[in-house]
Amino acid sequence: MSEQFEKKIKDYVILPLFGVLCFMLLWCLICSVTDNLPNPIKMWQKSELFIYEPFAKRGEMDQGILRFTGLSISLVGQGYLVALIFGTPLGFFLGLSKLFTRSFDPIIQILRPVSPLAWYPLGLVLFELSPEPSYFASLFTISVCAMWPTVLNTAVGVRAIPQDYLNVAKVLKLSRSKTLFKVLIPATLPYMFTGFRLSLGIAWLVIVAVEMLKGQPGIGGFLWDAYNAGNYSLVILCILVIGLVGFTLDRLMSLVEGKFKTA
Amino acid sequence: MKPYLEISKLNKIYPTPKGPAVIVKDFDLTIGKGEFITLIGHSGCGKSTVLSIVAGLSDLTTGAVVLAGREVNAAGPDRGVVFQAPCLLPWFTAYQNVMLGVEQVFFTASPEERHQIVEYYLHVVGLGDSMQKYPSELSGGMRQRVGIARAFALSPKMLLLDEPFGMLDSLTRYELQQVLIDLWKKDQKTALMVTHDVDEAIFLSDRIVMMSDGPEAEVGDIVRVPFARPRDRREIMEMPEYYELREYLIEFLNERSHDRPSKMNPRPAFRDPEPIWSKINEIQKITA
Ligand SMILES: Nc1ncnc2c1ncn2[C@@H]1O[C@H](COP(=O)(O)OP(=O)(O)O)[C@@H](O)[C@H]1O
Ligand SMILES: [Mg+2]
Repeated sequence: MSEQFEKKIKDYVILPLFGVLCFMLLWCLICSVTDNLPNPIKMWQKSELFIYEPFAKRGEMDQGILRFTGLSISLVGQGYLVALIFGTPLGFFLGLSKLFTRSFDPIIQILRPVSPLAWYPLGLVLFELSPEPSYFASLFTISVCAMWPTVLNTAVGVRAIPQDYLNVAKVLKLSRSKTLFKVLIPATLPYMFTGFRLSLGIAWLVIVAVEMLKGQPGIGGFLWDAYNAGNYSLVILCILVIGLVGFTLDRLMSLVEGKFKTA
Repeated sequence: MKPYLEISKLNKIYPTPKGPAVIVKDFDLTIGKGEFITLIGHSGCGKSTVLSIVAGLSDLTTGAVVLAGREVNAAGPDRGVVFQAPCLLPWFTAYQNVMLGVEQVFFTASPEERHQIVEYYLHVVGLGDSMQKYPSELSGGMRQRVGIARAFALSPKMLLLDEPFGMLDSLTRYELQQVLIDLWKKDQKTALMVTHDVDEAIFLSDRIVMMSDGPEAEVGDIVRVPFARPRDRREIMEMPEYYELREYLIEFLNERSHDRPSKMNPRPAFRDPEPIWSKINEIQKITA
């Protein structure tokens, strides 16, 4: 028992701490060669204010770090939701119909690798006449980029439904909607949630790019602003926060995903 | 006996890269109402193919299947199917799995009546205490009990079973054979079952249909099981006819299934049975 405990401490505390230490050493090493990069202590001093007052709002681009993070998460959430709303049914159609796959798979494969930096201007053009073009362009960019893992995983999931389950639906002569809700969707859920998790990861990647392009308040906009002001400590702070938030979101989605895996 | 299920001149041909593969050729079988028929034959000869055509899950190439005067051309709940794997939906409890079909068939019944049907059949197969369990919480045998309950609860015209006990240990298999035959008797169903267990076929059936080897599998021979019902597993095993029959079936599977029926010798006369004491001991232990 205690031996197991010791092993756990080693695996989950000591070794990760060792990794962080190596990372800090490398950081300091680089700092000793170049003056551009602030060392960890200097970085902390410069970003203290944003951490100790995480929800403060002193100006449009001068807010506490969690306030910025909150803004970004809210925008990501909205774009992500749109991605799921369009991506899931699209995935179902792809999985269910060969005809649909043959028609639309090529175009999907071409659009999928397009970078958010390319979608954003198109979004601005598309929503030019809307009250808030930059907001809608951001939403558009996040949804279009984040949609593909959901689309593709859902399609794979639908194609992977065991013939046995479909036979049950056939033997019982279930109606179309019953087949969908009682057989197809539950059988596809594990795949769908894998897609949802990957999509969220991409949505979070995209937000930073989108905010940088437009200089909107948010963690990415803040980062870009800090860079322009020559405040590299804050750039590093933003990178760390973006990483932490991305990691946390992924863990949370893994938990949800795991719930459906056993079903 | 009046024919209830008529399979006539059934052919199943799969197109393959090497040209059309004739799996089943001119398969003829007539089953009377209330009969229990088993289909035996080597693995891969086309037993499942025939069964799934009758179930409507697979299309026939030529021929006809007529059930109770109506031609079968699609799957439907008038034929309760029990698959080799129980095929329960893992996101539903045992109760919900049975209810899914009952709702479909008894859509005019009240919720209370439907509830009673589901409960009744789960009780009969011995799952009274496990109705709210999910398939993952049930053993293989218990899952197959749910599969049997689901098939009977539809109140189908006919039962189709494809090696339903093939994946179970022999103790569970004997138990479930009993459950199946009791329900069959009580509900007076017509049943067509695929198996490759000769003893199972003898214990359950009125007639045993032997299929010749594929490709171009057809009906090799049909034998009537002479034992009165209800059958006692130990009693019938002590009868000399049991061995005669068993020998004949095994000999068919071992040797003669390769021949076309036209070339086959007439039925062999009684022969000294090869003792199968180990099997008898096993059964006596279980039924004791
Ligand atoms: N889709 C298919 N295409 C070609 N051959 C098939 C197909 N499905 C089954 N078969 C062949 O049909 C034969 C009979 O299969 P099956 O009915 O499952 O046999 P059994 O149930 O008697 O073991 C097998 O030899 C199998 O290879
Ligand atoms: Mg088979």
